[in-house]
Amino acid sequence: MSDTTTTTTERAPSVYVPSAEALATVLAPGARPPRPSALGASLTFGWRAMLKIKHVPEQLFDVTAFPIIMVLMFTYLFGGALAGSPRDYLQFFLPGIMVTSVVMITMYTGIGLNTDIEKGIFDRFRTLPVWRPAALVGMIFGDVLRYILAAVVILGLGLVLGFRPEGGVVGVVTGIGLLVVFSFAFSWVWTFFGLILRSEKSVMGVSMMVLFPLTFLSNVFVEPSTMPGWLQAFVKVNPVTQLVAAIRGAMSGESDPSATMWLLLWSAGFVLVFGTLTMYRYNRR
Amino acid sequence: MSRRTTGLAIEAEGLTRSFGDTRALAGIDLQVPAGTVYGLLGPNGAGKTTAVRVLATLLRPDGGSARVFGHDVVDEADKVRSRVSLTGQYASVDEDLTGTENLVLLARLLGLRKPAARERAAALLAAFGLTEASDRQVKKYSGGMRRRIDIAASILNTPDLLFLDEPTTGLDPRSRNQVWEIVRAVVSHGTTVLLTTQYLDEADQLAGRIAVVDHGRVIAEGTPGELKSSIGSGTVHLRLRDPAQRPEAERVLREALDVPVQLAADPVALTARVGEAGTDLDASAQAARALSNLARAGILVDNFSLGQPSLDEVFLALTDHPAVPTDERDDELEAAR
Repeated sequence: MSDTTTTTTERAPSVYVPSAEALATVLAPGARPPRPSALGASLTFGWRAMLKIKHVPEQLFDVTAFPIIMVLMFTYLFGGALAGSPRDYLQFFLPGIMVTSVVMITMYTGIGLNTDIEKGIFDRFRTLPVWRPAALVGMIFGDVLRYILAAVVILGLGLVLGFRPEGGVVGVVTGIGLLVVFSFAFSWVWTFFGLILRSEKSVMGVSMMVLFPLTFLSNVFVEPSTMPGWLQAFVKVNPVTQLVAAIRGAMSGESDPSATMWLLLWSAGFVLVFGTLTMYRYNRR
Repeated sequence: MSRRTTGLAIEAEGLTRSFGDTRALAGIDLQVPAGTVYGLLGPNGAGKTTAVRVLATLLRPDGGSARVFGHDVVDEADKVRSRVSLTGQYASVDEDLTGTENLVLLARLLGLRKPAARERAAALLAAFGLTEASDRQVKKYSGGMRRRIDIAASILNTPDLLFLDEPTTGLDPRSRNQVWEIVRAVVSHGTTVLLTTQYLDEADQLAGRIAVVDHGRVIAEGTPGELKSSIGSGTVHLRLRDPAQRPEAERVLREALDVPVQLAADPVALTARVGEAGTDLDASAQAARALSNLARAGILVDNFSLGQPSLDEVFLALTDHPAVPTDERDDELEAAR
């Protein structure tokens, strides 16, 4: 394998001749600036994520088209059967599908990281004298923006279809805030898998294996009370269930403190456990 | 800001590193004087890239130790990072971003504020002849331009030590010469350069000292002149018209040169080393004698050349086995995960 994949779009006429004088001006050693703060470095890496969106806007499909399809599909598929009408179902279902869509999008964090490593760019980042987690934190900052975008798209579509949250603007913003907090924390699971798995495909495979049961075996689509006991037991401890309950509470104006507390605990746990594992792997390679 | 240009830039003792069953480094010792270009010469899979990755703090050694400007690469990795910079064999800038964006991003990560970062990026792009391409995505650059932006990104902070991992592999001759000029300029300003290469002539052109690496060990070390004279200064290659004359040609050559003659896989080709240390004739005189003896014996020679030993021949001489390429980074990706 060699790096001879070149696209020859160099405009021929001006042949570059290295000039000693020009190089001398850029090689003169200047004073080294102080190293950037942890937050500064993370935000700079976040800026990189923004630039990538600017240059490759197609990558926004999964935070726009995909959530729209999910909302329409399930609302009209289950609405009539489960709640009498799609509009009635939507009042229950919208916070749930918002969670499902956004939590599913978190897996792209792992895929993106895996691609960066495969290409070699992470070698450069890892030789920079900056706060070590900055490259990963910055990457997730960029993803958080995508999560917010997806949540807003879903909310907008929901409002058009007849979703009427009782909690008002404050409730809706609180709900999306909780979702963003959880998704930020959950992304660290994927940075870990992005570091340890060999290829983009295997990251995708593992993500799907985790995400499908996690989102479907929850209170997203139906009330758990109709499920068999063993399943209810799983659904109850599933963090997605807590997240959906907390967001439903916030959006309907009747906050659910217990679910909110569990959701925040889960989030702290994910950052603590998978953040630590990720940084361990990141430093040990 | 004190720039250290005396003493040793790199000291490594007994570095080892394995990936699964593959022993990439089997005990590397290196002493790289500051302010020079030092060449690590060897085929793919010899351990050059792994050595560079250990020294650049990307990989921990299994055993042994290494210091860069006196700082341990494991215990004081952050101090090492603030003085070195790496241009890897693979993408070391973001292909989706433009030239300017890449350099501004890295300049900001090195602590420059936005206006200063923009200024620095523009100056570097100009010095590397990339101003015209500054707003184009790097994935649309040619191979030569890619290498230049890679190196520009590495000297944003004028590092004290620059690692260049096979900087000219896959480049056309013109781009390769441009990279050589840049390397010369970089070292003339006091930056130490550790360069890995598969090409003897590249190491010869640039490096003050060379370590020949094979199977994760340094098998020879010295100035280019010392290395070449230790294995003979040249090689005679010849091709016969008639393969049936090869045994006769081999005998004539052996008598004329007094060295072993290698029979290549090609039935009309032979090679022999000349100018071996310890003989009193120089390489061209030996070659001339060989050619006239062949003519006298009535052997028809289609092609006769005297050249510098190739890397393959250096390897044969030093190890008695040819340079066998394998892909190191694949091994590493495979095993490191």
